[in-house]
Amino acid sequence: MATETATPAYRTATAFILIAVAAGLGPLLLFAITQGGRIGLDAYVWRVLSFTLLQASLSTVISVALALPTARALVRHRSRARPILLSILAVPQSLPAIVVVLMLVTLFGASGLMGGLLNLYGLAGILLAHVYFNMPLALRVFTQTLQGIPPENRRLAAQLGLHGWSLWRMVEWPALRPVIPRIAALIFLLCAGSFVVVLTLGGPAATTLEVAIYQSLRMDFDVARALTLSLLQVTLCAVLVALAGRSAWTEQLPRRRMDGDTYEAPGRAERIFNALCILMAALLVGGPLLALLVEGIRHISPGLLMLQALMTSTAIAALSTTLALALAWPIAWRQRRARGLTTVTPLLGLIVPPAVLAMGWFILVRGLDGGALLAAVLIVILNGLMALPFAVNIVAPAVASWSERQERLCAQLGLSGWPRFRIAEFPALRGPLAQAGLYAFSLSLGDLSAVTLLGSQGLVTLPSLLHAQMGHYRSDDAMGTGLLLAILCLGLGALANSKRLAS
Amino acid sequence: MIRLAQTVYDSEGFRLAADFEIARHSFSAVLGPSGAGKSTLLSLIAGFLPLTLGHVIIDGVETDGVPPAARPVSMIFQDHNAFAHLDSWTNVALGISPSLDLAENDRAAVDEALARVGLSALARKRPGEMSGGEVQRIALARALVRQKPILLLDEPFAALDPGLRQQMLALVNELHQERRLTTLMVTHEPKDARAVADQVIFIDGGEARPPAPTGRFFSGKQDKAVSRYLGT
Repeated sequence: MATETATPAYRTATAFILIAVAAGLGPLLLFAITQGGRIGLDAYVWRVLSFTLLQASLSTVISVALALPTARALVRHRSRARPILLSILAVPQSLPAIVVVLMLVTLFGASGLMGGLLNLYGLAGILLAHVYFNMPLALRVFTQTLQGIPPENRRLAAQLGLHGWSLWRMVEWPALRPVIPRIAALIFLLCAGSFVVVLTLGGPAATTLEVAIYQSLRMDFDVARALTLSLLQVTLCAVLVALAGRSAWTEQLPRRRMDGDTYEAPGRAERIFNALCILMAALLVGGPLLALLVEGIRHISPGLLMLQALMTSTAIAALSTTLALALAWPIAWRQRRARGLTTVTPLLGLIVPPAVLAMGWFILVRGLDGGALLAAVLIVILNGLMALPFAVNIVAPAVASWSERQERLCAQLGLSGWPRFRIAEFPALRGPLAQAGLYAFSLSLGDLSAVTLLGSQGLVTLPSLLHAQMGHYRSDDAMGTGLLLAILCLGLGALANSKRLAS
Repeated sequence: MIRLAQTVYDSEGFRLAADFEIARHSFSAVLGPSGAGKSTLLSLIAGFLPLTLGHVIIDGVETDGVPPAARPVSMIFQDHNAFAHLDSWTNVALGISPSLDLAENDRAAVDEALARVGLSALARKRPGEMSGGEVQRIALARALVRQKPILLLDEPFAALDPGLRQQMLALVNELHQERRLTTLMVTHEPKDARAVADQVIFIDGGEARPPAPTGRFFSGKQDKAVSRYLGT
């Protein structure tokens, strides 16, 4: 029992991942070896690198800075609006990037409701979109951290008469401080690898490594530059993943019921400040959502094109979900015993970013005339790998706790193989499996990056249709498509987070 | 007969040695301070932990490398003895066939075992809807249908109220007699050992001592380690 050899399923999954990654990195290494001399950090590459780091830093700082006081405000006031507010704040997590961009364009674009307020195309727009995604993420973690402060600490603070600033300094800030570096590293990683937001809102002066790789290869056909950028991006991501650590994903924050009685009612100034924080968060997340809803309902008209795109997207999402789960399952089982490589394999999809993988694959299959079918297969694989780290993180803890409780019983009863899966494992673990599946499905359904990186002309998915409509200034059609996509992804997200699945 | 031949389990600073035989049809209580290795001894016999040295020989057969399911052993744990999503009937039936491939007489055997432990009325209930004592009865019923000659009990009644605990002990003792089992029971209660066990295996200082007759063990003529443990 202590020494357990890897199962064939685990070996197959690992081999698949390693081959896929090797196929992406192979051309890169080959190039570095044969034409190392042409790898040059010219002015363009430097500009791209520094903009990548700049926008990621600013996005991180703004997200965290806004989330801190808002989390405190949310925790301090017990109001009936809080659950509603928290569920609104969960919305960005489920939305595809291209839909968020559409929302921001609807609100702040040249012809938008608040047009002219800021120039959406460039740094400002990129930051806005990134904060839209990541402020709620940080807010949720901070809120849970504050709620996890032991009631005894709060009682003691109340007894000692700590409130306002001193409560923050003595109790709340010490609880939050250890969480901040991890969440900041995660947000930085997500923003540094952001593709869709930068592709749609950036420009020649505002581009990141991820987008520049794509443009160098697919627009300028400059293989050398694409590979140089890829090397940089892989290095950056590997460092960031190492820094962010696994803890950022697997962190199980304590959820305790809070004792409201230990709170002293905040003073008037603080109440106003807290109200402003909450209002800001609600407007930031709710405003663009409302804009899309209002505009989208007026324009939703399912045409043949939209229907076809929906079917293509559904098929790709279904296949990539199957792939992600098939890979995640044996890895999750392996992780309960083994360490080291097992914990790194599923992260390879993060360390080697999609643009780099896609670039390698693109160079490899360049000669083949695979058309839309080949493109679809590659998109399925890329989406599957992108969802893998998240799927593993949902399934692995459930597998570990199940194994802790019932593995001995299975061993004694001789339950193994298919009967064990059918009778014991699947019924107990279908909740987390479904959750991971819904997550992977929603990620693939809304993903524009894979189809942009690998797509061919005949292949139209919902996100790529939306992107084309936005690009051709058919904003009415775009609203309709965007609303459909938003509804689908929010529905899937709500399903994945439903209490029935989580228990 | 269970023969522990110079058996040693050694893992990360924890060590347990045993070198003795346990007679067939005996009822042994396994006593000793917390963390001494009482559960470890049972896990070695059941095959949940690998031996570092020595052998566990059951009825003349070397068990090294034999998986838990293939050993003539049923073990009942302190908790998690039943799958939470399956009703008690199905949980018992798993003892007959891991793929729930049941013939007519198998079904009858499950019904009969449930009746024997007094769970007939709760056959369609799941563990979550049952009391702690009832869930442990599921495990007993499953041990019955498995028909293994050795029964290992790892404090399965520790969480039960005293009255219920007495009932369960009596039931175990009945089954032990009826089926002519070889039973080992880990317990924290010397009283329980006195009530049902005919011999005591005492574990202390990394060593499991050979079984001593229950009467002699509690006679007060034992060495320091035992009197320290018993508080006499």
